[in-house]
Amino acid sequence: MMRFKGNVAHKFAESPLLQLSLPPWRSRLMALLILGSFGALIGRAFYLQVLNNDFLQEKGESRYRRDIEISASRGRIADRHGDVLAISTPMKSIWAVPQAANLTPEQTKQLATILETDAKQLAHKLDKEKNFVFLRRQIPPSIAEQVAALKLPGIGQDKEYRRFYPTGEMTAHMVGFTGVDDKGLEGAELAFHGQLLGQTGSRSVIKDRRGQIVEDVGSIKAPQDGQDIHLALDSKIQYLAYSQLKQVIAENKAKAGGVVVVDVRTGEILALANWPTYNPNNRESLSGAQLRNRAVTDTFEPGSTLKPFTVALALDNNKVRFDTIVNCAPGRLTIGTATISDAHPHGALTVAQVIQKSSNVGAAKIAAMLPAQKMWQMFDDIGFGHTPHLGFPGEVSGRVRPWKSWRPIEQATMSYGHGISVSLIQLARAYTAFARDGDVLPLSLTRIDSGKPAGTQVFTPRTAREVRTMLEMAVQTGGTAPKAQVPGYRVAGKTGTAYKLEHGRYANKYVASFVGFAPASDPRLIVAVMIDEPGAGQHYGGDVAGPAFSAVMGSSLRTLGITPDAPLQVAQSPKPTTGPKAKL
Amino acid sequence: MVRLNVFLLLAALLCSLGAVTSQHKARKLFQALEAEQERARQLDVEFGQLQLELSTWGTAPRIEKIAREKLKMSPPEASRTISATAGDGGSR
Repeated sequence: MMRFKGNVAHKFAESPLLQLSLPPWRSRLMALLILGSFGALIGRAFYLQVLNNDFLQEKGESRYRRDIEISASRGRIADRHGDVLAISTPMKSIWAVPQAANLTPEQTKQLATILETDAKQLAHKLDKEKNFVFLRRQIPPSIAEQVAALKLPGIGQDKEYRRFYPTGEMTAHMVGFTGVDDKGLEGAELAFHGQLLGQTGSRSVIKDRRGQIVEDVGSIKAPQDGQDIHLALDSKIQYLAYSQLKQVIAENKAKAGGVVVVDVRTGEILALANWPTYNPNNRESLSGAQLRNRAVTDTFEPGSTLKPFTVALALDNNKVRFDTIVNCAPGRLTIGTATISDAHPHGALTVAQVIQKSSNVGAAKIAAMLPAQKMWQMFDDIGFGHTPHLGFPGEVSGRVRPWKSWRPIEQATMSYGHGISVSLIQLARAYTAFARDGDVLPLSLTRIDSGKPAGTQVFTPRTAREVRTMLEMAVQTGGTAPKAQVPGYRVAGKTGTAYKLEHGRYANKYVASFVGFAPASDPRLIVAVMIDEPGAGQHYGGDVAGPAFSAVMGSSLRTLGITPDAPLQVAQSPKPTTGPKAKL
Repeated sequence: MVRLNVFLLLAALLCSLGAVTSQHKARKLFQALEAEQERARQLDVEFGQLQLELSTWGTAPRIEKIAREKLKMSPPEASRTISATAGDGGSR
């Protein structure tokens, strides 16, 4: 109204209506607010980029960075000459993610043919509402390549190691085996699991679009392959022991058996064979009897093989001499209510003959001269009642009852190896006392490369020598085991024939054994043979275990190239020999 | 002033091209190294497989079987054995 009245023309910008008078603090406030927001943004950016950048860094890296696992293989097990007894080689496992694997029936059939499985079974496996399923494990890489060539969705493969045992059942108990996840389950595989196991390494890399590694980022953790283990085992001797054992068991229709060969100088176990055995490469339908490493896990009453220890103790304590007469007539001896008898009655025998003829009565009479505590101490010293600590699973200690509870009859029976139980490996070890000069060596599963192992002195060297002579007599004509002789070598050893305990009573079943060493002039090998329940008529240690001992010992000595210390019994001399025959 | 700037620009360009090339070369070499390492692994696996094969062929039962059946070998009897003895100088 005023406009028209006063007739004053105004420019738009100068319109009085627009002339608002704003208070100056408002613009300043706005400027401050905007500045503050910038500050907050910068602060946040600083926080994310500098102070707390891990999370984003990681997220970013995960877009291009890959962590790869570098697998390490399990160590090899080899014999003392380096021949491989167990080795891992990579195999492939085929797996499927059933939800992603939508195969046509034709594809399923194709896959089944390659994997050598039933198509229906395969389809059934893929049908399940599982997230992940293994189709076949441990197949050769060549087959896995064929599977990969099919390019099926949802089917993948992994590298896995499989363990092979080229020597198979021959060394089964010694080497043992591993489970599917490379875990040692038996034998040396379990005993040295820690050393054999490799440590997988890892590395972070950048991969390009084609999956090729372009760059290493971060540190590399190198994989560590497992260590190789060199056993003391000698493949040749092991084979000889194993095949002889198998033969003897078949001939005697025996239930089971074991052979142990020990190097006298080092205590190394050169061979350890058991029957029945199994093939570690194919372990379907395994029974406990096959799996048992009898030489280590089974104890038996050793019988007469213990007599030399009783006699040695008596010699050591000057209770008897080599040629002291012991009256063994009439072949029976009554102690308390029990009667001990000899298989063949003898008259008066020297101490040496007690061993040679294996007289129970003689051994019992010698034991009667000894205090129970000393006898127990001796058994303890030679390792009876202790586990051998070889590292084998299921090692047993055997049974030696505390001396305080011994009755006189028990001491008498223990003198000839009843009422006490040991494992074959313990028995073999105990005989190192006689094969050496009275000291008992610890046994070793692995090859001893340097240093001589120290033994514990149990008998005096003189006693050991005298017992050695007695043991040599036992193998000669007139002894209990002429069948244990080895042509060309002087052999010393002792038979054992023990009744088996069944439900606390002695049954009419036997364990025939023989432990001996050769060459008697400078012993190198101990061979211990145990045959459980021979069932073909013969049951004496000398008849059953003796020939096996002879065969194993003879061929082992030849294999090792040990000089014969006895003249070969030559039927027809091809050439008159002038020089002295093979010396010691 | 302009000259200097052009010169610096060129220098920067050259340097960046150099960096790209050397990066490329490094990757090539790295891939070659990877390939060789993979080959080394493969050879190692093959070595193991051959070793396995060796010991499978060389097992004692197989040797004995071939010796006995194919080559008709047998351990010598005592009557056919001559034991050689070293002279006085040669004995241990």
